[in-house]
Amino acid sequence: MFRFLNLTLSGVSNGMIYAAVALALVLIWRATRIVNFAQGAMLMFTTFIAWDLSQQHNVNYWVCLIVAVVAGLILGGVTERLLVRPVENGPPLNAVIVTLGLFIFLQGLAGAIWGNAQAHSYPPAYSIIGYKVGDRTLLFAPNDLYIVIAVAVILVALYLMFNRTPVGLRMRASAFAPEVARLLGVGVGRLLTVGWALAAGVGAVAGILAAGTQPGYVAPTGYFDALLVYGFTAAVLGGLDSSVGAVVGGLLLGVLLSYGDGYIDNNIEGIYALLILIGVLMIRPSGLFARRSVRRV
Amino acid sequence: MTQQETPAGAVVVPRSVSTTDRFGILSRSTLLRHTLLALIGFGLFLALVEVMSDIHLSVWVTPIAYTVCAAAGLTVLVGLTGQISLGNGAFMMVGAYTVALLLEHWQSSHGNLQLIPVLLAAAAVSALFGLVVGLAAARLRGPYLAGATLAFAIGLPQIVNYSHLANTLGGNNGISVTPPNPPSSFDLYQWQAILCGISAIVILWVLANITKSRLGRSMRAVRDDEIAASLCGLSVARVQVFAFIVSAACAGVGGGLLALVRLVAGPGAFGLALSLSLLAAVVFGGLGSLAGAVYGSILVIMLPLWSDDVSSALSIHSGKVTNNLPLLVYGVVLALAMLVFPGGLQGAVIKLRRLVVSAVRR
Repeated sequence: MFRFLNLTLSGVSNGMIYAAVALALVLIWRATRIVNFAQGAMLMFTTFIAWDLSQQHNVNYWVCLIVAVVAGLILGGVTERLLVRPVENGPPLNAVIVTLGLFIFLQGLAGAIWGNAQAHSYPPAYSIIGYKVGDRTLLFAPNDLYIVIAVAVILVALYLMFNRTPVGLRMRASAFAPEVARLLGVGVGRLLTVGWALAAGVGAVAGILAAGTQPGYVAPTGYFDALLVYGFTAAVLGGLDSSVGAVVGGLLLGVLLSYGDGYIDNNIEGIYALLILIGVLMIRPSGLFARRSVRRV
Repeated sequence: MTQQETPAGAVVVPRSVSTTDRFGILSRSTLLRHTLLALIGFGLFLALVEVMSDIHLSVWVTPIAYTVCAAAGLTVLVGLTGQISLGNGAFMMVGAYTVALLLEHWQSSHGNLQLIPVLLAAAAVSALFGLVVGLAAARLRGPYLAGATLAFAIGLPQIVNYSHLANTLGGNNGISVTPPNPPSSFDLYQWQAILCGISAIVILWVLANITKSRLGRSMRAVRDDEIAASLCGLSVARVQVFAFIVSAACAGVGGGLLALVRLVAGPGAFGLALSLSLLAAVVFGGLGSLAGAVYGSILVIMLPLWSDDVSSALSIHSGKVTNNLPLLVYGVVLALAMLVFPGGLQGAVIKLRRLVVSAVRR
């Protein structure tokens, strides 16, 4: 029973990270109907920038976090303007291939700057020694609490932005009905850029949070590729369309992966994710929470 | 070409008689034409093997040949049927492990003839995986399919560490492969090149016949408009699953050959990077073109070799940059191909040919 509790707790804190990646994917999907396959590489790159500052130049954790988010905002905005805009209305395959191109390019760039030889570690924000209940240690540390709170804050901030601010309302309008929004004087193009920037910013936070959980996660390839798959799976679980769905999907995935690790085998997380993803796509392709939708013919 | 008005008013376009008869039966029989091309290709390939040094054979020709096997299958899937797969590297891994396990457990006295059933088995087992993935894929579109195959590419290699299979599959180190000794008239590198070359030519021959057949036309119809295709009586799902099976079988042969050449089947060689470089190859060559798959394979094998020369020419002395130059180029190629030259290299070749032909006619 205690083991079950521990696995659940560890699943929750990992799940919140998957949820943040899923949020980044959902933000872009809602605005442009594109899945950003470069998201894993983008957050790898911003995390590397933060790692460079933090470990090579001894910069404070919070400053690094802010730098990473700003780098993400810029990277996302530039990506939308330069790469995504020309393929936005083309066949979906073209957008997928362009984002994959960026994915490979960023991996190459990170390797060229920081090298592929060794995987680096990123310092966690808070202690990773678990809280104690009596004489037993929970698999839940102050750093995990910080992760849960950080992602919850992002979620609430996004909710407020999309529901209470003019920018958020305009973004929703331009995603929902771009033509009408444009006629009413909304700069749809500029808001798409803002949307991509925002998503990459959220991704950057997810990257830093993830990098602090285990040593050896900061590397051009490896964990961040898997993180993209987990984020995508979480987003699909939640229906790709809703930010609350993304968070619930992330939590569900985190807990399921944790049970798989704890009760079956801890070397094949990728296979659990594959099975969960395929299962959801087969049984409920529109996600666990989506309303029934019709495919346009 | 002249058009004739029939009494009913319908326009009949007569078959262009002159081109049909210029090459006689070759123009009429696609199968014969492809067979002749394959034989010519094989002859040229043998000549190439004869003149090239061992080092060039093992560094250039052999890797290009086994990459062609997988890339040709992928271009049929992505280019002709319009389904994306980021997971063909994982199918190659299935082929590699099939070859490794068969050679380990099946003692045979037939020498190199044994490799024929072994490679066919690699194709068959991969095709089985392709069937399973294809059945799932036929229900998915666009980014969903890309995401699912991405999960496949990242997930499947982890199976080697599953505790119940780790002994059989050798964990992260993989299992060693012991191919039969080469026939006495060839040295090892020549034999490896010939083995991979024959396989690539056979695969190209099969795929060329498929693409020019009724099935190939069905694939294009499904790619261009699923609804119109199903209204014409095509089973869209069946065509899509078939394309996945073909593509997986080709990747399986490619992976099996890779294992035979490198003498090891391990998960490291078959990661996401391999799948993405295959995709870069077919996009660069021109989606849907078998010739393009060949050019693309040449690019992805030669690029890492050239990047050494390029960096020394640019006097870059950082190993980090040199090692990552190919990745940077793949990324730019993939993005630019979609933005600037969607036809890829083969598209450029066709354009050039038209220009030349029209210039000559004038």
